[in-house]
Amino acid sequence: MAEEAQPLPVVSYLKLPENGDPYLEGQKCGSCGSIFLGEREVCSKCGTRGSFDAVKLSNQGKLYVYSIVHRSFPGIEVPYVSAIVDLDGGGTVKGNLIGIDPDPEKIQFGMPVEVVYQDALGRKDREGNSYISYFFQPANG
Amino acid sequence: MSEDVYVVGIDMIKFGRFPERSVPNLAAESALLALDDAGLKIQDIQALWSGNLGQAGAMVGQRMLQEIGQTGIPVVNVANACATGATAFRDAWMSVKAGVYDLVMAVGAEQMGKGLLGGGGGGKGIPKEGLLGSGLMPAVFAEAGHEHSAKYGTTFEQFAKVSVKNHHHSTLNPKAMYQKETPLEMVMGSEMIAYPNTKLMCSVNVDGSAAAVIASEKKAKELGLMDRAVRIKASALASDPWQERDLVMPDVNTCTRIAVKSAYEQAGCGPDDIDLVELHDCFATAEILHYENLGLCGDGEAGKMIDEGATALGGKTPVNVSGGLLSKGHPLGATGIANIYEVSTHLRGEAGKRQVEGARMGMTHVIGLGSACAIHILEKV
Repeated sequence: MAEEAQPLPVVSYLKLPENGDPYLEGQKCGSCGSIFLGEREVCSKCGTRGSFDAVKLSNQGKLYVYSIVHRSFPGIEVPYVSAIVDLDGGGTVKGNLIGIDPDPEKIQFGMPVEVVYQDALGRKDREGNSYISYFFQPANG
Repeated sequence: MSEDVYVVGIDMIKFGRFPERSVPNLAAESALLALDDAGLKIQDIQALWSGNLGQAGAMVGQRMLQEIGQTGIPVVNVANACATGATAFRDAWMSVKAGVYDLVMAVGAEQMGKGLLGGGGGGKGIPKEGLLGSGLMPAVFAEAGHEHSAKYGTTFEQFAKVSVKNHHHSTLNPKAMYQKETPLEMVMGSEMIAYPNTKLMCSVNVDGSAAAVIASEKKAKELGLMDRAVRIKASALASDPWQERDLVMPDVNTCTRIAVKSAYEQAGCGPDDIDLVELHDCFATAEILHYENLGLCGDGEAGKMIDEGATALGGKTPVNVSGGLLSKGHPLGATGIANIYEVSTHLRGEAGKRQVEGARMGMTHVIGLGSACAIHILEKV
């Protein structure tokens, strides 16, 4: 029997180490310190070339802004909360905010959130591979 | 300093849905209207800039000339997201300002389907929409508006008031897609698309076109067209500079601020000199941001500005008296030139029921995500 394929990361900057927990990886410019998602050659802030260090981004952050999406493409379950999160120590990422009512009364700007890693809502690619994605959820205290 | 450059003919078609027509055909209609406005023929035009996004690879400008007159002139097809029409206009202006030509045309046309824009994502693997948040435009601009809410406490109701105002304005504009009053309860109670943007707070996808004939001062005088000419006092274009949250959040503010600073410097004026503004209200949330970006009020004062009616017709600085993208409609490639048509019409004193009394100077603003911001300041001659 063929071994079941391992799930793939949803984006290149989500790392799934063989021995260890998933994490988000930033590329930090060695010259100006700006953090990017995904590998690149040149810093678009300062123009420095080929001077990036991979850094492990924090799983803790604060909700910067959000929108509650009620109408989307066919087949995508609504509502969902689209959130932009500033991670502690640098890096800003966008994802779904889960574990909270999709209600503006419940969601606060600046609220602490944590990054969690789960199956990508059951979505599979054409080859049948499943994926791991990252999500945000309210931080517990 | 080089001589001033003028709009000597300008017009737009009534925006609507014309699925049976082609983009070049839509462009041709407004090109002919603009030529008629100036009393000129296509044979008088020395070069053409044609703005269209949806068929950017399909030589829309040349195909338009195949409908109205193939004179062998240079044609440039322009695509620059929602700043496409304004960029075509600006490039046409630059050619005259540089002294290469003295009578040119800019046209913008678009045919849109219904439905949501953005969120395509692409790339390898699985679709990301609704998994890594939303790339759909209503959500992207909801998040941009929420940045203002987080800083200044701007409310859903204040954003909704933008839509009430612009829909009201459109009842006075026969060329708008819709002429319907939408009271606050109706705006806030319409289908929620991406909180806080309801359906009535999203611009309307429509088909449309607009065109302008641009001339040097010498040429305008020679043709006897100075009576209704409109002076182009400033033309500015900016792209998005690096910002901390760039990777996940388009910044519509900074590139607007860069462009407007240049525009005010070119025109030698400030926000207090501007009698009306047509700005990029692709979503109701966006209009609030641009009051501050354009300097119409101080930072943090935009909510108060909409509450006090300062941007309604009759207020201190009327904004989007055409009905804006929210009600006039937003055919991407045509929008920039349609805005210039609106302001020019007021400066000529020909705006009928929606006329901003005594308008001497006006501003147009568009922003395309990616990003491109184009601003023009126009002056009554």
